Amino acid sequence: MKTDIVQLFENPYLALGVSIAIIMAYLSVNAIMLIWLERKLSARIQRRIGPQRGPFGLMQQIFDMGKLLSKELLTPEHANKLLYVIAPILVFAPVVALSSLFPITSTYIFHDFNIAIVLILAISGINVIGIFLAGWGSNNKYALLGAVRSVAQNISYEIPLILSVIPIVMITRTMSLYDITLAQETYPFILVQPIALIIFIISATAETNRAPFDIPEAESELVAGFHTEYSGMRFGLFFFAEYSNMIFACALATVLFLGGWRGPLLPDAVWFFIKVYALIVLMMWFRWTFPRLRFDQLMKFAWVVLVPLSLINLLITTLVLKIV
Amino acid sequence: MNRFEVEQDPKSRDTYYLNMGPQHPSTHGVMRIKLHLDGERIISAEPIIGYGHRAHEKMAENRDYIQFLPNPSRVDYLGGMIYNVGYCQAVERAMDIEVPERAEYIRIVCNELNRISSHLLWLGTFLMDLGAFTPFLYAFDDREKILDILDRITGSRLTYCYARFGGVILDIDDVFLDNVSNFCTYFVERLKEYEKLVIGNVIFRERTIGVGIFAPDLAQKYAITGPCLRAMGHENDVRKDEPYGIYDRFDFDVPTQTEGDCFARTLVRMEEMRQSIRIIEQAVSDMPNGLFLAARVPRRIRPPEGDYYFCVESPRGSFGMYIASDGSDIPFRLKLRTPSFSHISAMPAVMASTMLADAVAILGSIDIVVPEIDR
Repeated sequence: MKTDIVQLFENPYLALGVSIAIIMAYLSVNAIMLIWLERKLSARIQRRIGPQRGPFGLMQQIFDMGKLLSKELLTPEHANKLLYVIAPILVFAPVVALSSLFPITSTYIFHDFNIAIVLILAISGINVIGIFLAGWGSNNKYALLGAVRSVAQNISYEIPLILSVIPIVMITRTMSLYDITLAQETYPFILVQPIALIIFIISATAETNRAPFDIPEAESELVAGFHTEYSGMRFGLFFFAEYSNMIFACALATVLFLGGWRGPLLPDAVWFFIKVYALIVLMMWFRWTFPRLRFDQLMKFAWVVLVPLSLINLLITTLVLKIV
Repeated sequence: MNRFEVEQDPKSRDTYYLNMGPQHPSTHGVMRIKLHLDGERIISAEPIIGYGHRAHEKMAENRDYIQFLPNPSRVDYLGGMIYNVGYCQAVERAMDIEVPERAEYIRIVCNELNRISSHLLWLGTFLMDLGAFTPFLYAFDDREKILDILDRITGSRLTYCYARFGGVILDIDDVFLDNVSNFCTYFVERLKEYEKLVIGNVIFRERTIGVGIFAPDLAQKYAITGPCLRAMGHENDVRKDEPYGIYDRFDFDVPTQTEGDCFARTLVRMEEMRQSIRIIEQAVSDMPNGLFLAARVPRRIRPPEGDYYFCVESPRGSFGMYIASDGSDIPFRLKLRTPSFSHISAMPAVMASTMLADAVAILGSIDIVVPEIDR
């Protein structure tokens, strides 16, 4: 039987505060650890050693964070100050809000919504606004170009992403992430929906602006894309947001396709995180292997390949469900 | 003009100018390309050069031939050995200085090693421009091996000053020859790996095939040379056409492709590395004994009065030196003809009506070295 952590508290505000504190603590530590993982992993792929400060290079990230925190927060002249300041927060906030929805163990969940999937797809769209404001507000052509690319890309890839989630909802007839995990008691949905999983992973990589879909921040073309003008912890927030978005996308894939917390022997939470981090390693592997697509090729890939493929997948799922 | 005023297209409000450079990750140095853009599409591109001008040609007019020796390798720091040797050969040709056999062979080995290291750096940076970071480090790792080999005999890793009028300054030993042959066997295998990793990649093909095509008439208009020309289907190579040094003694092919796009240039350069290995292997096995520096080199380098032109095949194309001598030991004029300068001049024609991301790919694929453009 499950318990909502939120319901453990009498005072709803206290519940909210505690939940946010736990999630923020987790996401911050997670981002730092993921940056370390990415560096070590890329070093392994590139036949380097990677960071060396502290045991296994673990201190490198702590020092980097210290550096970012101690740096001056520059605001470029002629930038739109309000938009410029609000943008990194807007990019980071949706992930924090959405992380509370994931059923990490079979017994505890922050809050179980019966329409969690709609909520996730709706709120995760907000960070596009944040990225666009960052590009628009910083009064820089490179940033603006990155922002324009990002908006076009995120909107395009949201469609196959949603279309790959719908079959799961149709099979389980529920939108609660907890119930979807429960429905995967006999087998994970990767076995019945492999194409949907592939489409989901590709779209999620594009949604999180990771290589080979990292054209909004393509460093060889646009210097740093939408966050060109950001410094200090504001830049750090974008960094945090990228890694938090990654864990969010991988957690969603875990719940929808890989059976969430389910697994033999080990405790629930351990299985959940094993699956999430395996997917994250896969995404990092993409980044250090592939060159970057061109903008028009990227859009073409979404509209000509992914959208029709996911529609066909949806159609087949519908037919099969009708017959069975 | 106010510092914050933005240059606007007077005819249209939908287009804008974007300065790619002088500080930009993909210009490979301080160079600016003024792009006139309509969204992501390039209407026109104008390269603006001169940020790294060091007046090498003027320097030549103020010092004698020997004092100018360190300069050529600094003109193009990636093909330093070839430039350094080329300058010596130009002066030797002007003064009829005999070069001992052994020195010629040493020069060939060093030249071709240098060519491979330059192409390796190009491979890494080109792929980094396309967004793949990993091949960059693989290529640098291999390049490092060449630099170590050359470092051992020349004492420098990048801007060599190894050749002298009439030979080379230091002799090589057996360890060097062993290192070189070991590298050759190792690198042939590596090349196959690179080809599998890079040439076969779908995204790489998407990004390069049909991108940045040099129209056939551009070759003559802008004096395109080197791999860029060979990728257009012309079998031109200074090493074959007007063999200098002892290049006529070696058996090697001049790889060509017909498409003239970024992909063709990649294939040509990959094959060129293999041909360089062939030349090195032949040179190492035939390496004669004897003097490495001519015994009788004139004390004062004074080419007879007259004009001399000499060109060599640098990794980027034909590098020419025009020496106008007035009979003194200081050149009256030394004009350097550098290939990247010609190639960058063709950029407005090649880049027009491509995408912004293509501009980066094209710049990477023609393999520019900015100090060589600015000189």
